[in-house]
Amino acid sequence: MLKIFNTDMPDSYPEQISKYLSRFTVGIAGCGGLGSNCAVALARCGVGKLIIADYDIVTLQNLNRQYYFHDQIGRLKVHALRENIQRINPAIVVKAFDMKLCVSDVIELFSGCHVIVEAFDKAEMKQMIIETVLTQMQGKYLVAGVGMAGWGKSEIIHSRKSDNLVICGDEVSEVSATLPVLAPRVGLVANMQANEVLDILLREFTPITP
Amino acid sequence: MKINLNNREEVFESEEMSINQLLAAKNFTFRMLVVKVNGVLVKRHQFDQQMVKDGDDVMVLHLITGG
Repeated sequence: MLKIFNTDMPDSYPEQISKYLSRFTVGIAGCGGLGSNCAVALARCGVGKLIIADYDIVTLQNLNRQYYFHDQIGRLKVHALRENIQRINPAIVVKAFDMKLCVSDVIELFSGCHVIVEAFDKAEMKQMIIETVLTQMQGKYLVAGVGMAGWGKSEIIHSRKSDNLVICGDEVSEVSATLPVLAPRVGLVANMQANEVLDILLREFTPITP
Repeated sequence: MKINLNNREEVFESEEMSINQLLAAKNFTFRMLVVKVNGVLVKRHQFDQQMVKDGDDVMVLHLITGG
């Protein structure tokens, strides 16, 4: 009995978390500053499948905040991000969609996801996905990023919940010519979104003491 | 009436008010908004008809560009 117990040592906590998360699928709508950084954080934790969507290509100007590299300039963001995720963890399944999402795409691509991450740039697109999920995908968890331009003011970044909608950001700092989005602050919000995703996915996780 | 607005208790003198009246009272002049009353999305064209009453839970989210 003791022998069996010794050879069947439970995994360490991080391994148990990673194994548990491998059963989940997360959708990421937009692969810019929020989406690329959030996807990488979720991949590092071991979320099993990521469905990523964006229509843009990597530019030099993106590299001040987005999870891409200089030698990826000119490539589709979804392809570059898939490559970066799989360099971190080849076991993660990444479904990459090169498209500008509309209402029916959101429903079709993300209906099988446990959680959707809103990572668009434009306010209009943020509104579109929030309205779509609230009215046509009721009960689905959506984690949105709202307000992260500029620098400093770490203390006003927060998360708040309204049923299955989670909002991360400062909700006031809009991007403009003099207030760009930069790596540290968009990284804070992107990782806060990933943290909220884990909070949802790990609700029923019960670790075994190693 | 007493309502829960963005997870905070707020008291207004009127017994009920429309979404547009509520937004005006709070000086919310945002262009892109998502409004929920008791968990249900209210579209912009309903902002005059949809009334907010005592005890309601209201979420107003101002959507801004950046990401």
